Amino acid sequence: MEVFAILEPGAFTTVQDGGRYGYQQFGIPVSGALDMFSYLAANVLVGNGDNAAVLEITFTGPKMEVLSDAIVAVTGADIPVLVNDGPRPAWTSFEVRRGDVLSVRAARRGVRAYLAVGGGISVPVIMGSRSTYTAGKIGGYSGRALAKGDRLHSESVNGRSRLVAFPEELKPSLPDEITLRALPGPQDDYFESGLDAFFNSEFTVSSKADRMGYRLEGPSIELKEGVPRSIISEPSLSGAVQIPADGHPIILLVEQTAGGYAKIATVVTPDLNLVAQAKPGNRIRFKRVDVAEIHRLYADYRSLLEHIKRMF
Amino acid sequence: MEGLFPKPIIRLIGDRGVLVEYGNTISQEINRKVRTVAVALNLEMPEGIVEVIPTYRSLLIIYDPLIISLKHVEKELESIEDRLDGLDIPLPRTVEIPVLYGGEYGPDIEFVAHTHNLTVDDVVRIHSGAIYQIYMIGFTPGFPFLGGLPEELHTPRVETPRALVPAGSVGIANNQTGMYPIDSPGGWRLIGRTPLKLFDPVKEDPFLYSAGDMIRFVPISADEYNRILSERNA
Repeated sequence: MEVFAILEPGAFTTVQDGGRYGYQQFGIPVSGALDMFSYLAANVLVGNGDNAAVLEITFTGPKMEVLSDAIVAVTGADIPVLVNDGPRPAWTSFEVRRGDVLSVRAARRGVRAYLAVGGGISVPVIMGSRSTYTAGKIGGYSGRALAKGDRLHSESVNGRSRLVAFPEELKPSLPDEITLRALPGPQDDYFESGLDAFFNSEFTVSSKADRMGYRLEGPSIELKEGVPRSIISEPSLSGAVQIPADGHPIILLVEQTAGGYAKIATVVTPDLNLVAQAKPGNRIRFKRVDVAEIHRLYADYRSLLEHIKRMF
Repeated sequence: MEGLFPKPIIRLIGDRGVLVEYGNTISQEINRKVRTVAVALNLEMPEGIVEVIPTYRSLLIIYDPLIISLKHVEKELESIEDRLDGLDIPLPRTVEIPVLYGGEYGPDIEFVAHTHNLTVDDVVRIHSGAIYQIYMIGFTPGFPFLGGLPEELHTPRVETPRALVPAGSVGIANNQTGMYPIDSPGGWRLIGRTPLKLFDPVKEDPFLYSAGDMIRFVPISADEYNRILSERNA
């Protein structure tokens, strides 16, 4: 069923779901929503299953004509949402009617917002996922970001029958300074004093920050004496922090496939949601955790996700 | 250190990744070991292991720590090692890739020939006479990093990478050869093009090969190239 016609696409709006798993061995990155918590919350608010496709909005959102009555929710960045010029609350499901104009403006805090529609955005499932991987031109809406004139379908008109609001205490804050908990490795043995510098310095998000990775500015992190300047290329996982030749860390994210530099540490999965909302100029610190703690943090995060799935 | 490590090095990647390193160099022996363990794990994938990704000299294992503990992942790795001899590991496949060498599809073939005092025919003969091992797939969807390029063809990359290398292009970069499954920027010396679709995302099986398989390039004529291309598009 046709649900939206794009009047203005916004800066970079793509269709994303929970990610494309099982194809990294063929050079296909996972993709999927960068802020998984806000993504899941948006789906829960409209009554979707937890892998439904949504729109990931970056900095500025789309203006869309509504083609069928539907239930909608917007989460993630703090961003104004309007229906025919009347404001709608974020983190709350609301109805739109055929003929309405739904606009998502510019983020006041944070970077990425998630717009879910009851039934989920319908695009072909490519290798098990609806997520867009723009560099590979696959998935999502014709493998690219949305453009003016695109018409989006929803899987069905089903959504929840009553409107709900996300509990205030569970909404993430969007601070300008974040601390990311990280386990040293996989190549922490390539560093000595560099490890201390990494965990004791403040970094700034540079303008080179996208779904492939976030390049940070700050002190240059040095390799120890006698190790090779690069490693044999290997695939990367989201959250690994690579130290390239210039010593400035890059947090690798969901669209990175392979890299040839040592990775000093890897950010715990829940803290990647903070990275997704960090914008150029925001400050980042890293806090060292051990294996037991990183697995405890991960388990707590997964229980939180299970909790919000069953919340309404 | 050259060759296989006596015991693999285990490196941790955050809360759900393990990198198992079998050696420090790019070699057929180490990569064969990587493939053997990858195939063995895929034959009897322990519950909780989500994906096994072969690389040049290591295996990247993604696991779900809520289903399998890190300690058990390590135990599974040791146990598969002990059982390798008893497992029936299929031999790598050899996948033939037809290539139209030279001309507009291989604009750098004369440079390669000239660099090594060879004729273009020599380059075609040598390149298609070798069998290449797929060490890893990455960079772009389905891009194979191939080992085994004869030394007589080792040629540096172009000075300024091309903004657009068409899908199907076959190229050389130093001691490596490979092919571009999708249109992308690239700096390899282009010597030919295959009419095959190397990556077809809407197919049940989108790729023609996996890491660890072998590749052989088969020279074809322009007529044959066009015939395969028109069959593909039919």
